[in-house]
Amino acid sequence: MKIVILGAGQVGSSVAESLVSEANDITVVDIDGTRLRSLQDRLDLRTVVGSAAHPSVLLEAGIEDCDMMIAVTQSDETNLVACKLAQVLFNVPTRIVRLRATDYLSNERVLGPDCFDVDLAICPEQILTDYIVKLVEFPEALQVLEFAHGKVSLVAVRAFQGGPLVGHPLKDLRKHIPSVDTRIAAIFRSDSPILPEGDTVVQAGDEVFCLAATEDIRQVMHELRRMDKAVGRVMIAGGGNIGLRLARAIERDYAVKVIEYDKRRCEMLSTRLDRALVLQADVTDEGLLEAENVSDMDLFVAVTNDDENNIMSCLLAKRMGARRVVALINRRSYVDLLQAGQIDIAISPAQATIGTLLAHVRRGHITQVHSLRRGVAEALEAVVHGDRDSCRCVGRRIDEIDLPKGAAIAAIVRGDKVIMAHHDTVVQAEDHVIVFVTDKKLLPKVEKLFEVSVGFV
Amino acid sequence: MVRPFSVLNVLSVLIVVLALAMLLPLGVSFMYGDAARRAYYEGVLITFVSGAALWVVTRASQAELQTRDGFLLVALVWTVLPAFAALPLIIHMPELKFTNAYFETVAALTTTGSTVLSGLDKLPPSINLWRCELQWLGGMGIIVLAVAILPLLGIGGSQIMRTETPGPMKDTKLTPRITETAKGLWLVYAIMTLACILVFKAVGMGWFDAVVHAFSTLSLGGFSSHDASFGYFNSPAIEAAAIFFMLLGGVNFGTHFLAFRRLSFAPYRRDPEAGAYVALLTTSVLGVAYFLFANNIYPSFWTALRHSAFNVVSIATTAGFASTDFNQWPIFAPVWMLFLCCFATCSGSTGGGIKMIRAELMVRQALRELMSIIHPRAYLPVKLSGQRVENNIIFAVLAFMLIWGGSVVVMTMLLAASGLDIITAFSAVIVCICNTGPGLNQVGPATTYAALSDFQTWVCTVAMLIGRLELFTLFVVVTPAFWRK
Repeated sequence: MKIVILGAGQVGSSVAESLVSEANDITVVDIDGTRLRSLQDRLDLRTVVGSAAHPSVLLEAGIEDCDMMIAVTQSDETNLVACKLAQVLFNVPTRIVRLRATDYLSNERVLGPDCFDVDLAICPEQILTDYIVKLVEFPEALQVLEFAHGKVSLVAVRAFQGGPLVGHPLKDLRKHIPSVDTRIAAIFRSDSPILPEGDTVVQAGDEVFCLAATEDIRQVMHELRRMDKAVGRVMIAGGGNIGLRLARAIERDYAVKVIEYDKRRCEMLSTRLDRALVLQADVTDEGLLEAENVSDMDLFVAVTNDDENNIMSCLLAKRMGARRVVALINRRSYVDLLQAGQIDIAISPAQATIGTLLAHVRRGHITQVHSLRRGVAEALEAVVHGDRDSCRCVGRRIDEIDLPKGAAIAAIVRGDKVIMAHHDTVVQAEDHVIVFVTDKKLLPKVEKLFEVSVGFV
Repeated sequence: MVRPFSVLNVLSVLIVVLALAMLLPLGVSFMYGDAARRAYYEGVLITFVSGAALWVVTRASQAELQTRDGFLLVALVWTVLPAFAALPLIIHMPELKFTNAYFETVAALTTTGSTVLSGLDKLPPSINLWRCELQWLGGMGIIVLAVAILPLLGIGGSQIMRTETPGPMKDTKLTPRITETAKGLWLVYAIMTLACILVFKAVGMGWFDAVVHAFSTLSLGGFSSHDASFGYFNSPAIEAAAIFFMLLGGVNFGTHFLAFRRLSFAPYRRDPEAGAYVALLTTSVLGVAYFLFANNIYPSFWTALRHSAFNVVSIATTAGFASTDFNQWPIFAPVWMLFLCCFATCSGSTGGGIKMIRAELMVRQALRELMSIIHPRAYLPVKLSGQRVENNIIFAVLAFMLIWGGSVVVMTMLLAASGLDIITAFSAVIVCICNTGPGLNQVGPATTYAALSDFQTWVCTVAMLIGRLELFTLFVVVTPAFWRK
C-alpha cells in the first residue's frame, strides 16, 4: 500500500516506523529537513521537505496515486487543508487527520463530506487521556482495552504473591470463579510470551492478559493479585494538553492536584478546572511534593513534555510514598529500562495512539487494533464476513482455523453476547472476533484469515 | 476633566421630563376631583420653567458625555430631581416642610419607600399616585444605572457585570448604545409592570390600587396608598402575586431582557446570581416560618408561612411592604430580614444593598484565603460562572464593602448620638442604605419616619442616596481630584 504521511513529529515518526515494517511504501512530508533526515537514516522510506498544505509539495510526495494520506502535523489547520486538497485535487481514497481542537470534533458537519471530508479524525491527547483514565478506574491493571463498543475488556495485570490463582495452573480459574467466563489470552514471563494452556502455572511477576466481559473484569483481576483500595487521590505532574484533559476527565470523581511550572499556564488551568487544585511548582520539587502529601496519593501521573522530568518526578514520588506512579515516556529505550522497576506503568504516547490509526491501515475487516507491551504484541478485533467457502473462518471450529502459532482467538462477540473462545466454538458470519497476537510479525498471516476471497462480493 | 455645563444640559432635559411626568397625577386629580390639583399646576409650571431655563442657559455646551461627566450626572439626577418632585407635596401640604418632603421624594426616587406621611388612605389619590409613579420612574433610572452606567464607570467591581449586558459595551464613552440598551430594558420593565397591574386587578384590587401598587412593586419601592400597606387587602392571593413580582424585580433586568428576547429560561440558569438569590430567599422564608411557628407567634404553620413569605421576600428584595407588624416578631426574624436586604438582590435589578454578586465574590475570596493558607503554592482563582474574576475586581469589591461598612457605622453613630435608641438607629441606617423602607422599633412597619428630628431625617436621606448610587458615585464627586483640570 502507498501511504503519504504529513508531519514527522512524534506521532508521524512512530506511525511511519510501524508501517514501514509491514511492507508499505511510505513517503513522509515535513517542513523541517533535519527531522526527515534522521527518519530517513533509520527507516526505508522517502521524504519530501515542504509545507504539507501546498499542492505542489503533495504532488511531489506522490499523493496522486497513493492509497492513504495520514495528516499528523502540529497544526490542525494544515491537516484539514491537506485533507481537503487530497480529496478534491488528488482523489485520495482514505484520509486520516490528527485534530487537537475539540471545536472541530464537536460539530459533525465540519468533518463531513460537504466540509473537510475526513475519514478518520484522531486526537492523540484524547486517546492517551482515555488510557490513563482507565488506569485510574482500574488501579491494579497495567493496561485496559475495550473491544466491541466496551462489551469486552482486555486487561494486563501483573500477578502478585497472594492472588488466589498465583502458583496454580490456569484450569483452576474455572473452579475459583465458576460464574465468570474468562480467558487468559497470554502470559509474558520475563518479557517472553508463553501461550497459556490449561496446566500453565501462573507465577508471581508474570504479566497476564485476561479477557472477560467488562463487568467481570474486577473479579478476574482479583484472582491474580490482592485488590488495592480504590483510587481516591490523584496527583498529575504537568498541566499540558494531556494533564488538562486528564484532570478535567477525573476531577469530579477524584481529589485531583495538578502541578505545573509555567505561571501563565497555571492561570489558564485554574480557570478551566473546577475542582482540581492547581499548584505552581517544578514537578521534581521535593519540598512541594512533601507539603502536598505525595505520600497519601493513590496515583501519581507524570505527563509533562519531558521524559526525564516524568521519570525523575515519578521516582521521587514513589520513594516518598505514592502508592502507584505512572509516567509518560516517549523514548523507547527509557521505557525498556524502567518498566517493572520503580515506575509502575510507563506509557509510550506513540504506541498508545497508534492503534486507532493502524486499524484503518490494515486490510481485511479489522475494526480495532490495540498495541500491547509497547508495540511488541497486538490485540485486534475483526469482523468475519462471507460463508464457509469464501472465508477461511466461517463455519469452522476454532481448532480447525489455521492460526499461526503465537496468535489465538480469545473471544467472540455475537450480537450482544460475549462468548469466550474454546477449541470447539464455531465461528459464524458477522461475528466480531478478538485475536491476540504475541508477535507482530504474524500479523499479515492473521489478516489474511479474515479476508474474503474474490468470489464473494 | 469634568464639563459641568454639558452635564447640566442633560439634567435640564430630565427636569423637563419630570415636569411632563407630573401631568399624570394632574390628570388623576381631575378624574377624582381631589384637592391637590392646584399643587400640580404650580409644580408643573415651576419645574418646566426651571428645566427649560437651564436648558437655554447651557445649550451652548451640548457635548457627548465622558465617563467622568457620568459620575456628576448620576449624582445630580438623584439629588436635584427629588427637590422638584417634592414641589406638589410641599404646595399641597405646607406643614410638611422641605426636609420631610425631600426625604419622601428621595425615598421615592431611590425606591426606598420609607415614608414620613401617615393617614395615606385619606390623602388625595393623585398624591399617592405621584409617590408611586416616582418610585416607578426611579426604578427605570436604577435599571439603566445598574445595568449600563455603573458597570461602565466600574463602581465597586460592578464592571464584571459588563459582560452580562446585551451587546458589547467596551468603549468608555456614554454612547448611544446605552440608549439602545435602556430602551430594551425599559420595555421589559414596562411589560412586567403591565402584567403586574393586570394580575393585581385579577386577584381582587381596584384599578387605582392595582396601578399604584404595581408601580411600587416592580420598582421594589414599597410605597402604598394604605397605611397598612398590603395588610389592608388581607388577601393571600394578592400577597402571592406581589411576592412573584417582587421576586422578578430582584433579578438582573439584563437577564430578563435576554430571556425575553430569546424566549427561553436559559439566561436565568446562566445568571451567576439568580440561583443563589432564589435559594437564599426560599430557605429564609421556610426557616423564618418555622421559627415563628415554633415560637407560637401563629397558630398554624401555614399562617406562619404566609406571613413569613410575604414579609421576608418584601424586606429581602428591598421592596419594604408589610402585611403585618413584623416588629412584634421575636428579634431574630426581623434582624435576619435586615441581613437579607443587605445581600439578597441581584445586580442590575431595582433592588438595593450590596448585591448578591458582591456577596458571592466575597465569600469566594474568603474561601480562597483559607485555601491558600493550606496550599501556599496553589493557583486559586475566584470564579464566577466558570469565568475567572480578576484581582482588581476583588479589590474593588473589598473596598466597596469597607466603605459600605464604614458608612453604616458612622451614620448609626450619628443617629445614636442624636438620641435614637441603637436598634432604631442601626435598622434605620441599614434599611435606608439598602433602599428597603421600614426598619425596627421607632421606624418599624407600623410607624413612620415622621418622628425623627430634622437632623436624623437628613442622615437617612443621605443614607438612601449613597446606598442607591453605590457609594463611590457620590463620594467621587466630592473629592477635590475629581474637579481638578
